[in-house]
Amino acid sequence: MELFQLTAHELHKKLKSREISALELTQSVLGRISSVDGQVRSFVTVTNEIALETARAVDKQIAGGGDVSPLAGIPIAIKDNMCTNGVRTTCSSKMLENFIPPYSATVVEKLAEAGAIMVGKTNLDEFAMGSSTENSALFVTHNPWNLDKVPGGSSGGSAAAVAADEAVLALGSDTGGSIRQPAAFCGVVGMKPTYGRVSRYGLVAFASSLDQIGPITKDVTDTAILLGAISGKDSMDSTSVDIPVPDYTAALKNDVRGMKIGIPKEFFAQGVRPEISEAVMKAVEALKALGADYKEVSMPIMEYTLPTYYILAPSEASSNLARYDGVRYGHRSKHSSDVMSMFMKTRDEGFGAEVKQRIMIGTYALSAGYYDAYYLKAQKVRTLVRQAYDEAFEEFDVLISPTAPSVAFGIGEKANDPLEMKLADVCTIPVNMAGIPAMSMTCGFYDGLPIGMQIMGKPFGEETMLQVAYTYEQNTDHHTMKPGL
Amino acid sequence: MIDYEPVIGMEVHAELLTESKMFCKCKVDFGGAPNSRVCPVCLGLPGSLPVANEKAVEYVVRAALALNCTISEESLFHRKNYFYPDMAKNYQISQYDFPIGSNGWIDITVDGDTRRIRIRRVHLEEDTGKLIHAGGNESLVDYNRSGLPLMEVVTEADIHSAEEAREYLVRLRAILTYLGVNDGKMEEGSLRCEPNISIRQKGTAKLGTKTELKNLNSFRAVFSGVQYETERQTNVLNEGGKVIQETRRWDDANNRTASMRVKELEQEYRYFPDPDLVALHFTTDYIERQRSILPELPDEKKTRLMEKWGLPAYDAEIITDSRAMADFFEETVEHCPDAKTVSNWIMGDLAKLLNAAGLDISDCKVKPVDFARMLTLIQEGTISGKIAKGVFDDMFETGKAPDAIVKSGGMTQISDEHEILGVIDRVLGENSEAVAKIAAGDMKPMGFLVGQIMRHTQGRANPEVVNRLLKKRVAEPAN
Repeated sequence: MELFQLTAHELHKKLKSREISALELTQSVLGRISSVDGQVRSFVTVTNEIALETARAVDKQIAGGGDVSPLAGIPIAIKDNMCTNGVRTTCSSKMLENFIPPYSATVVEKLAEAGAIMVGKTNLDEFAMGSSTENSALFVTHNPWNLDKVPGGSSGGSAAAVAADEAVLALGSDTGGSIRQPAAFCGVVGMKPTYGRVSRYGLVAFASSLDQIGPITKDVTDTAILLGAISGKDSMDSTSVDIPVPDYTAALKNDVRGMKIGIPKEFFAQGVRPEISEAVMKAVEALKALGADYKEVSMPIMEYTLPTYYILAPSEASSNLARYDGVRYGHRSKHSSDVMSMFMKTRDEGFGAEVKQRIMIGTYALSAGYYDAYYLKAQKVRTLVRQAYDEAFEEFDVLISPTAPSVAFGIGEKANDPLEMKLADVCTIPVNMAGIPAMSMTCGFYDGLPIGMQIMGKPFGEETMLQVAYTYEQNTDHHTMKPGL
Repeated sequence: MIDYEPVIGMEVHAELLTESKMFCKCKVDFGGAPNSRVCPVCLGLPGSLPVANEKAVEYVVRAALALNCTISEESLFHRKNYFYPDMAKNYQISQYDFPIGSNGWIDITVDGDTRRIRIRRVHLEEDTGKLIHAGGNESLVDYNRSGLPLMEVVTEADIHSAEEAREYLVRLRAILTYLGVNDGKMEEGSLRCEPNISIRQKGTAKLGTKTELKNLNSFRAVFSGVQYETERQTNVLNEGGKVIQETRRWDDANNRTASMRVKELEQEYRYFPDPDLVALHFTTDYIERQRSILPELPDEKKTRLMEKWGLPAYDAEIITDSRAMADFFEETVEHCPDAKTVSNWIMGDLAKLLNAAGLDISDCKVKPVDFARMLTLIQEGTISGKIAKGVFDDMFETGKAPDAIVKSGGMTQISDEHEILGVIDRVLGENSEAVAKIAAGDMKPMGFLVGQIMRHTQGRANPEVVNRLLKKRVAEPAN
């Protein structure tokens, strides 16, 4: 095994025992990037020099004795919508193609303090709007399992990087499934934590009430480690929640006896392919064999979540993205004659089609005369979705569903069918609407491509989710599979 | 000719005296290099998030309570979306249908009549940056002001004259400065007033088309602007024209208003709750705690000054318009209990000197204890009222104690009868003609003689003693 193939917890042991150095590890991962990223194209920016410099500093620290944090010396990729001081943060948009933030996101600061080594910034659908990373204004990322397929999105670059061993860990952001769906497509573990668990400060906003940063890793243990490192109340984010951060690795118990699993039937309808449903149900049966109990549950409100999401998310986006006007930073049109034309041409040139469409939808939904019928109504549906989950969690410890209705689709296959594209998020969107945590892990393969299983938990119930996921992982071997790059 | 009356609603923006900005930790201050007090948050950089300044919230709660408002149990921040280059995010964080305070009032007194002006709402928002036109085709933006905490106080359309408009603002300013939440400096723009003015036929209820007035940087401007706008609208209607809905700018130099922009449509701001901020919840405990720490407000102080010191209502009203003025008064009367004399001097000589120097009473060099001492010197007859004015000018200029000025200037009043008689005799000797006239029964030259005596004593002779002795002397001349 090459170093770049290992997990963070495996590497931590080697680093701690000084069997390897952070520099060796970093060089191994950077080498991997230079050998495969030409095909996969996960990275918008590879931060070679910063990574090597950080690795040397970490080695010095380790040599100096004392505690070695679980993330010290571990190479990590950051989705390119999280601000990194001095390092270009593009959101894969022409608008921010040359934007270098003067500050770092709270999660980036936390990782730096933990000694993690940033190896680069990963590709995404422009401003995180999309489900295939094809909406990147910079280039398309390929699925490491099959280069003709999409990696999913919007955190396609981060998921592909972890799957292709171009990074040991990665951070993604999830507004409607943007961590879980690419994790499913790329055969890795991805978690969207409870809304408020992780600070959003420095995450370039798409839809503020839905956005959440989370880990993308090779196995469940690494998810627990990375989640612990980025969680916690942040005085810079009013929506972050002041609940103590537990030791998530303590929840990694190979035991689901007595666990009650709900199977929400609506998540198995709406165009979910039979091979997906079968694989997920097989996994549920496996958990049952390990001592868990499962039961079908109906959550009829789920039928309305997709249209509701496509009112709320664009509404917030239309306002969040108003600041890109060419005045202070980012792209500015060279063809303007006055302020108004500068605004309009800058935005016309700087934003791609998907972003423009969502801004228009959101602007419309918030306009006088439509606000009550759209935005307000959608908020009411959102409350109902939350209630439906609350009710379900009175009975169940976790809910299990497919992460996506299919395995990774072909590049260009759905590019002209926006509805079909949006249906790829039908299983993940309700989770963001309710603010609950959910994670995706591989539960099988179809046509050589990974199938994702989604585990949903109670608000701040990440530990229970992790326990179920860990037990499943310990008793199966999907996570040991690697794409043949 | 139809008799019209103005119908006025006031919007006042007050910058709060917090240490840091509304949603970030940048310092609140004046001056300094452009864009020197900015950070990712108040620059609206991608990924930055607002966190509400608790002190600013507290200040608005206190102001709302002082304005007799109801405090909402839950209050929300909304985004007001519109594009303008001085807006860092192209939306302003403001409040919409859940302001912190609502349904309050201020009582104002104009020409002896007290009227209640209802306050519709008191809310909290962030200020914008400032555009600087650099000449040519270029504009610059300074974001130092971006994100300053701004309180907005909106009245119902309860104001019906320029005097009322000014008086409302005087009382509002007094309340805000008493609370210490705003510095009341209209000239510097930290207190900005924008009246909405329409006129209607007296005795009717139907409102006319309104115009909004901007750039009113003093009480005088508020008065003149409202008066001008009322007359302008009256003339338009009397000439058969129509008032158009527009924003007009007060031109202080030319004493008139001019059109800034015409509002053709209701602006579309697409308000929605800011998802980056959490709702504010005010418990009864919190509200009562804030209420309990409110300082004595202008109306209470006015009543107390009237009761405790017997001040007339008019004096008490003027003195309490400024907390610093009221404090000055109270400290002075502690040492010189003749309240009416103290208030006369404050409203007269002191106000005149402050106005001429363009100073606020808080910048005044005269200490209340010295001021009281000077008044005591008059009462004791040590200096004359006339001399006192000169002494006070000197105190105002230098901040010196009155005794020192009086001593060094030899300004003590002469009341010694023997000394004064000496002067009288000298003057009578020099003016035999006048003495003769008086002897013949013509009393007119008496005033002239008093003047001569005062001239000989550099005004220091006690006038009362002079008059008494002079009368006696001319009636029964010495030998």
